[in-house]
Amino acid sequence: MSLLSVRDLSVKFAMRDNTVTALNQISFDLCKGERLGIVGESGAGKSITGFALMNLLSRPGYIDSGKIQFLGDDITQMPEAKMRNIRGNEMAMIFQDPMVTLNPVLTIGQQMVETLMAHRKLSKAEAEQIAIVKLREVYIPSPEERLDQYPHELSGGMRQRIIIAIALLLDPQLIIADEPTTALDVTIQADIMELLLELCESNKVGLILITHDLGVVSQMTERTLVMYAGRIIESGRTREIINDPQHPYTQGLINALPQQTKPGQRLKQIPGNMPSLTSIPKGCPFSPRCEYVQDHCLTEAPKPVQYTHVEVACHEVNRLHSDKAEEMN
Amino acid sequence: MTISRPLLKIHNLEKRFELDRGFLETLKFKRGKLVQEKREVHAVNNISLEVAPGEALCVVGESGCGKSTVARLIAGLLTPSAGEIHYDGERIDNRSRRALMPLRKKMQMIFQNPYASLNPRMTIQQALEEPVRYHNPGLSKGEVRDKVAEVMRSVGVDPSWAGRYPHEFSGGQRQRIAIARALTVDPEFIIADEPISALDVSIQAQVLNLMLEAKDERGLTYLFITHDLSVVQHFGTKVAVLYLGSVCELSDTATLFENPKHPYTRALLSAVPQLKDDHPNHIRLRGEIPTPINLPQGCPFESRCAHANSRCQSEKPRPQLHPDGALVACHAVEEGRLDG
Repeated sequence: MSLLSVRDLSVKFAMRDNTVTALNQISFDLCKGERLGIVGESGAGKSITGFALMNLLSRPGYIDSGKIQFLGDDITQMPEAKMRNIRGNEMAMIFQDPMVTLNPVLTIGQQMVETLMAHRKLSKAEAEQIAIVKLREVYIPSPEERLDQYPHELSGGMRQRIIIAIALLLDPQLIIADEPTTALDVTIQADIMELLLELCESNKVGLILITHDLGVVSQMTERTLVMYAGRIIESGRTREIINDPQHPYTQGLINALPQQTKPGQRLKQIPGNMPSLTSIPKGCPFSPRCEYVQDHCLTEAPKPVQYTHVEVACHEVNRLHSDKAEEMN
Repeated sequence: MTISRPLLKIHNLEKRFELDRGFLETLKFKRGKLVQEKREVHAVNNISLEVAPGEALCVVGESGCGKSTVARLIAGLLTPSAGEIHYDGERIDNRSRRALMPLRKKMQMIFQNPYASLNPRMTIQQALEEPVRYHNPGLSKGEVRDKVAEVMRSVGVDPSWAGRYPHEFSGGQRQRIAIARALTVDPEFIIADEPISALDVSIQAQVLNLMLEAKDERGLTYLFITHDLSVVQHFGTKVAVLYLGSVCELSDTATLFENPKHPYTRALLSAVPQLKDDHPNHIRLRGEIPTPINLPQGCPFESRCAHANSRCQSEKPRPQLHPDGALVACHAVEEGRLDG
């Protein structure tokens, strides 16, 4: 059953003398308990997607068109009071930096109790009990004592665990995690990812994992969206995208990783930079950096089409594929 | 193999930062008594390393392990608390700033954040000219300009953009300019402190390629500080794994990745998210890095190690040389407790 269904969502930002398009007609679905990865480089629109889903865009950003169906209701049309009830209760967000997400002047206990009491009719003692249970679920040692501690008394990994515990407080159906481990060390990152995976699986929680790290996506998610300049350029099962990417950008992104080249050899780089939102090229946004570019790529934006097992937005995907087959022979 | 003289040699290097400066800060009230106590952060403890000409030594470790402090000590930006640093056979750690000057021409540093390492009020031309003029006072204006243009071309930045300010460039371009700035004085040794971690994947590849090119063309020697093990495998010839200010393992890159010995190195390697492997064998570490204020008496890794015993608690392991050239500081490895 579909938990979330996004259709032709466009997000724009009003600037002084024009508007820029941060998200350009993106569509995707998420089933109950499914884990979806959104990858891309800075400026691709990954985080904006997360904010739009939570209806947290603030001026000058706004949803220009499109629908976000969450559990049957359209979020874009929802009154703020109802939306507040959904946030936390039905969907929760985990942000990148655990150092700034928690309120530094409130204890862990106060922050957790506040969240619980805002959504449910509970006494303070009951709320504290739930908080302790949730802290134990994320493997926080001696949770009773943590309730009285302030965020600065805890390490980064510990703080991110607490944020995950807060996100899970009201048993939401969907968690949106925006680069949840980017600020953490690798050994801590591996711990947190394992924890998140375990919790999502055992509680049947849907996960949208926003990240730039293809390794993390590969280990955590079942399906992946690859974004570039505000568009979804490739989507499909994670394994298939990683093993056999179709869009030239996805191929470039994977081939640019040092693991893909012999030590000491030149890495396969993608020339140029991601365009800024104010100067997205006409036609295919990737065309200035693409080695397969043709005339029609410069004038006409490609629509996502089903190709083998993934959806790709590229005019030249057929030719690209036959080229690769030739190389293999 | 010929044994060449190391270009850089660090011997028993230590750096402690005082937490309580001044007399009043050292006074603490404990159990009803006023006591004087000085706390120190032990950032670097007894590190010995050598870098041969043409090598790229990568220093890896997690935040707080002292990797950036090592870089800054070598560059002379910090003064060591104990130990010696030798460059090209000469001792450099006790030199005055003035005496260090000729050395700065040979040894340059590239920093992590290209948004902070370029002066926002200087054009690229000014930023690049400054070191050239300073270190080569004999050059004419035209020669300086030619030099700057040549270096800009070599890092792939159009010399006609020299009049622009840093904010007009993207992150990747800025990091190229920062590299250009290091290269303008024709150094032989580059200390790079996380030079690509602030950049996007596709841009990381561009900058890493540039650094590899510079290595081949100019015969540069690198000390490369990073937390990203895939970059180490690609770029480094030797790797030093740091934990809590001490070296756990030091070996050739290929040896380290094929046959990691120290329990921490193994855990670190297993924690890297793999692209193609569906079922990772992640070695879980207990707890988190202890604070470097009160160092454990024994092995620094003891509190998180699955193989620790009472000896690890009381005695700090010394680096032992293995037949494949790896230096490993671990009692469990030494006693053969690890594999079996």
